[in-house]
This record gives sequence, structure tokens and C-alpha cells, in this order.
Amino acid sequence: MVPPKSPREQNLIERRELLDEAGIQRALRRIAHEIAERQHGLKEVAIVGIRTGGLYLGARLQKMLAEIEPGTDVPLGAVDIPLYRDDVFVGLPRPEVGTTQLPFALEQRTIVLVDDVLYTGRTVRAALDALMDHGRPKAVQLAVLIDRGLRELPIQADYVGLKVATNRNESVKVMLRESDPADRVVLREKAA
Amino acid sequence: MSHPEQRQFPHRHILGIEPMSAEDIVQILDLAESMVEINQRPIKKVPTLRGRTVINLFLEASTRTRTSFEIAAKRMSADAVNISGSSSSTVKGETLLDTARNLQAMAPDVVVLRHEASGGAALIAKHIDAAVINAGDGTHEHPSQALLDAATIRKHKKNIAGLEIAIVGDIDHSRVARSNLYALTRLGARIRLCAPRTMMPVGIERMLTDHADRVRLCYSLAEAIEGADVVMMLRIQKERLGKVGLFPNTREYSRYFGLSPRNIGLAKPDAIVMHPGPINRGVELDPELADDPKRSVILDQVTYGVAVRMALLYLTGAAHGAAESS
Repeated sequence: MVPPKSPREQNLIERRELLDEAGIQRALRRIAHEIAERQHGLKEVAIVGIRTGGLYLGARLQKMLAEIEPGTDVPLGAVDIPLYRDDVFVGLPRPEVGTTQLPFALEQRTIVLVDDVLYTGRTVRAALDALMDHGRPKAVQLAVLIDRGLRELPIQADYVGLKVATNRNESVKVMLRESDPADRVVLREKAA
Repeated sequence: MSHPEQRQFPHRHILGIEPMSAEDIVQILDLAESMVEINQRPIKKVPTLRGRTVINLFLEASTRTRTSFEIAAKRMSADAVNISGSSSSTVKGETLLDTARNLQAMAPDVVVLRHEASGGAALIAKHIDAAVINAGDGTHEHPSQALLDAATIRKHKKNIAGLEIAIVGDIDHSRVARSNLYALTRLGARIRLCAPRTMMPVGIERMLTDHADRVRLCYSLAEAIEGADVVMMLRIQKERLGKVGLFPNTREYSRYFGLSPRNIGLAKPDAIVMHPGPINRGVELDPELADDPKRSVILDQVTYGVAVRMALLYLTGAAHGAAESS
């Protein structure tokens, strides 16, 4: 089932491909290795994906971490942020509300928060608030597939798949097999 | 970025189920499922409606519904103010309009109204800028009750379409029955309405012009509950007893229309028992059955009540605010 395109999506034309399937795979694998290296033994680490793109990526990272450090079991959770956004009253479109699922205690854990694209930082701000409502993690780190710059808040990623300079007329679209026909990241631009 | 976008909810006010499509109802029920999760957290609060004001104007007695709306507003971080008026026959059209004007002056974002006059919520919706949620108006509608009932049924039966649902009690005076008729038939259920003839409004099935074929009127309890998946008992309002002579006494009502561990055996083995509360134990519902964990889902209804009302506040309270820059 293909959801109808929102007006926001209609006037965008594809400029170039930023990552293909192999590129996404390599970027994630490198992030997984970096996480394993920084978090010795992966004890007390948990992955939390921001719904929905970040959750798909989080699940892939979880699998990779199990291969890198056999015998460890890094739990996976999901945060849903629409109810935490600061633009609830600004206007449409609003994202669909899902559920937050954190099947482990946050206390004493280092949480690796995962999202597909880091842009203004507002989504991450909302996700941090959502996370804190569930407990007090020992630390929170941020992993993103794409960092496109243009931050509006003092937020930065600890693990980045690809850093790319963009402007505000552009849009970075991450397509993942879990919800799209293929793994691809493209840069799009508003039609003039 | 790949987060699916929310469907635009087409109603500014929640005045009743009648104007809602099946799609609207399902959107509310799905949203309520997300709210259930918030209600299970250690910190049962999200910041969504921070800075919004919700006025709960209850001009007719109610504890459960008012508390439920109040908790829902607080869990969405709205400021909730409760105004209770005594249930009085002096609260008529004119006074309600005055009340509406006074409310308008306080600039609330959402007004939740319980009023003894049918159409009370629709009336104030015309006169104030806030979104209005009907929390029960006379014998007209009680939409949040029907939605929480639908959410409860969906949880226990997965799918509402095709279910056989009996609604038993004073159908004539029940706004719960009316709202449920609209909601449940639109979601594809078949309804058996059951009441003594004095409490069955003539032509009620015609009121539902879109799905009259899914409604059956029964004048015996056995007929209504035989093979039912859900049995919804309505409260017998004792205050009506003797006033208009609808039934001779509660004992007789209980004998013919009370649900008990014995007659529930006529329903499906996994049938659930519902009641909007407050229960008259031993009148419409046997105490043993009301407390039977295998049958009774009455407390689930209360739990879903908060979640459904959070969803309604989100859809009405966040939909049209003064635009702030991000």
C-alpha cells in the first residue's frame, strides 16, 4: 500500500543519490564498529530508534552489534515523538502518533538514540524529552545515517554515516527496505 | 523523515458520532491505543497541549466522565478547569448562552460540556471559538462513551465488524445507546436493542438511516443475548421510577431484564459484559457477573475512557491554534 503523497512531497525533484544499498550497509557497519569500540563489551548499552526510520536503522544496528560482539545482547527500543514536538500548533502536516516501547530500564544504561536524518535537531530534542519521561539513562548518544547540517538547536551526533551540506530548499529522503522498494538515500530539491 | 503523516481529522468539534465516518472513528481508536501506552508509564504525561486551556463544564451530575476528562487533559499537559453546576431545570437555553459568552471571555481552547438539554453542546459550539466536546447532552449523544466502548470491544474481540452486540436497558432515554448505535453499526456490527416496550423509542432503527438493516429490536432479554458476542447493559435510572410509570419496580425490572450468571449462558461462551456505569448492582446487572473477570470488561472501559479522551483532546485542541513560529 502506497500512502498518498502529501503536498509537501509533490514538488520535489530528485537531484542526486547520496547513498545506495551498499553505501547504507557500509555506513551502518562502520557506526556499529564505532559503537562497539567506544562501549567496551557493549554491556549496559541499549539502542533506541526514533520511529519510524530510526527504528528500522536501530534494528539493523542491533543485528550488526550481535555479529561484532558475539554473546552480547543489546536491547532495542522505540520512541515515538509526535506528542513531544514543538510544532504541534504551527500547522500541518502532523506525523501519525505511534507508541513508545522501551522494554528495559533506562537507569545505568548508555542509550544510543538512532535517527535517519539529523537536520534542525528538533526531532532529537523531542526524543530526548520522551526518553527522560521513562527514566534517567546514564548517558545518551546519537547515531544518524545522514547529517545534513542546518541545526536550529545545539545538538550534535556522536556517530554519523554521511555528512552532507544542504540548503533549506533541499530535502533528504531516506528510503529503507522495511517500508520502501529498496535501500536508497536521495537529495531532492523544490521545483522552481 | 519517513514517518507517515497523520490523516487530517475533519471535525472541529466532537458533538456526536452521527457526523463521523467509520474512518474518523477508527482514527480516534488507533490514536487512543497510543495513549494507552502513556497511561502505563511511570510519568504519565506528555507535553503536547502545554499552555492550552480545557474547561470541563459539567452542568449535570457526573463524576466518572468529568474525572476522566480532567485526567486526560492533565496527561496531555493542558490546564484543566472544572466548572460544575447543580443539575437544575433552570439551566435553559438562555442561561447556557450566557455561560457560553462568559466562557468565551476566558478564551479556552477546548470546552467539554455535559448538559441536560439535547443539543446543548451544538448550541454553545455556535457561540464560542473554542472546540467543543460533547460529554453527554440530554438524551441525544455521548460520543466519548461510545468511542471508549468501541475501543474496549476492539481490544477484546479484535474486529468489530460482524459482531453481535446486545444493548439492554432504557434505550429511550439513553444517549449512550444512541452514540453506540451510530458507532458500532458504522464499524460493521449487528445490534440488538432490548428494552421493555415502555422504554423503546418508536422508530429508533429508522434514525439510523444508513444501517437500519443492522439493528434488531428485541422485547425479551433471552432473544437479545442469545449468541451475542457483547452484552452492554445500561443503567436503569431509578429516579425515573414512579415518575412516568415506565416499569412497576426494580425487582420486576431485574427479573425480566437483569443480566445474571445464569442468563449470560445464552450468549457466546466468550461473550463480554459491559456497563457504562454507575452500576445498579442487583438491578440491571448481577453483582457476581459484574465482578467476573472472565466476562466483565467494565474496568477496561474506564481505562480506555482516559485514553479516548486524550485522543479527542489531541485532535480538537491541537488542530487549530494561533500559529506560532517554530
